[in-house]
Amino acid sequence: MLIRGVALLAACYVIGQLIGETLGRLLHIDANVGGVGFAMLLLILSQNWLEQRGRFHLEMQEGVLFWSKMYLPVIVAMSATQNAKLALSSGLVALLAGVVPVFVCLAIMPLIAKLNPKPE
Amino acid sequence: MDYITTVLVKNGLIVAFLVTGLLMIAAEYLSKILTNKKIPGSAIAIFSGLVLAYFAGVATGGSKGIADIKVLSGFELMGGAMFRDFTIVSTAMGVSFGIIKKTGLAGVVSLLVGVVLSFFAGALIAIAMGYHDAASITTIGAGACTFVVGPVTGTAVGAGSDVVAISIAAGVVKSILVTIGTPLMARFIGLNTPQSAMIYGGLMGTTSGVAAGLAATNPKLVPYGAMTATFYTGLGCLLCPSALFLLVKVFFA
Repeated sequence: MLIRGVALLAACYVIGQLIGETLGRLLHIDANVGGVGFAMLLLILSQNWLEQRGRFHLEMQEGVLFWSKMYLPVIVAMSATQNAKLALSSGLVALLAGVVPVFVCLAIMPLIAKLNPKPE
Repeated sequence: MDYITTVLVKNGLIVAFLVTGLLMIAAEYLSKILTNKKIPGSAIAIFSGLVLAYFAGVATGGSKGIADIKVLSGFELMGGAMFRDFTIVSTAMGVSFGIIKKTGLAGVVSLLVGVVLSFFAGALIAIAMGYHDAASITTIGAGACTFVVGPVTGTAVGAGSDVVAISIAAGVVKSILVTIGTPLMARFIGLNTPQSAMIYGGLMGTTSGVAAGLAATNPKLVPYGAMTATFYTGLGCLLCPSALFLLVKVFFA
């Protein structure tokens, strides 16, 4: 059933959010620490687990796939709701503090990429 | 005519689906006839979204882009954090766990380097532009991480509301720059493998920017970049008001 896939995704999402919020509270910070990341790991692991038991059906997969294809439209909607006016009109400090770190981090990227084991 | 507005507002989310669909069809068409598909339709769609958000912001004076226009208020839900995170999580299906494990170390390093480096770059700019108190410098440095880290840090260290506003703006600038810049820079920084996407997500950290930028570059890379980026804001909220603030305080009492 399609809804099983959606429900699986929803379960991973909710549990991930709860883990992220709990972690934030334990660390005494007012933020969700990696909620999305934990949810993604849960989805990957539960998919593997179900596949090994032959319980991950095509229709279930389609329930998740629909949402992953809705991803791009959601991102388009998200960019249409950004405070773009604030970004363009907020003065030099904000512009520089937003732009310069991006380029500094880009410059360092090749160095960190060297930590990767070479693909054989 | 009022009843038309009422119907559209009442069905806000569905209207947002419709308008986004039309926007993406138009973007796909422009990509084909203007750029011969050299610039992907998704990149044009995301960029036009930002442009529309800008003009809506100018017209309405609000802070939520086109969602401040009454009949398009459904965009707040469709483009909000819930749908964004839900769809990002769904992209993890079919992701290789092996690659994530293998890139784990580089991912963690990129997160730490990304937060600390962005913070200091932002802090140095604050100092150069004439801020000399530890709370303001720290808050602007935190804003250079993401637009969540800035206000969270500003509140924690007791910065003024004008400085907090600057830190939010810096984070928004960063997120928009990463959105537009990622597809343009991808070729020059070797952003073409899941491993490099994980490092990129860790370095940039702005989940919305990384997710949108990678979507316009290569949708297959999205889950890997989002995976590390989602830890960035938490790490920033952890480090900026604590260790990094204390470090700034050593130099600026």
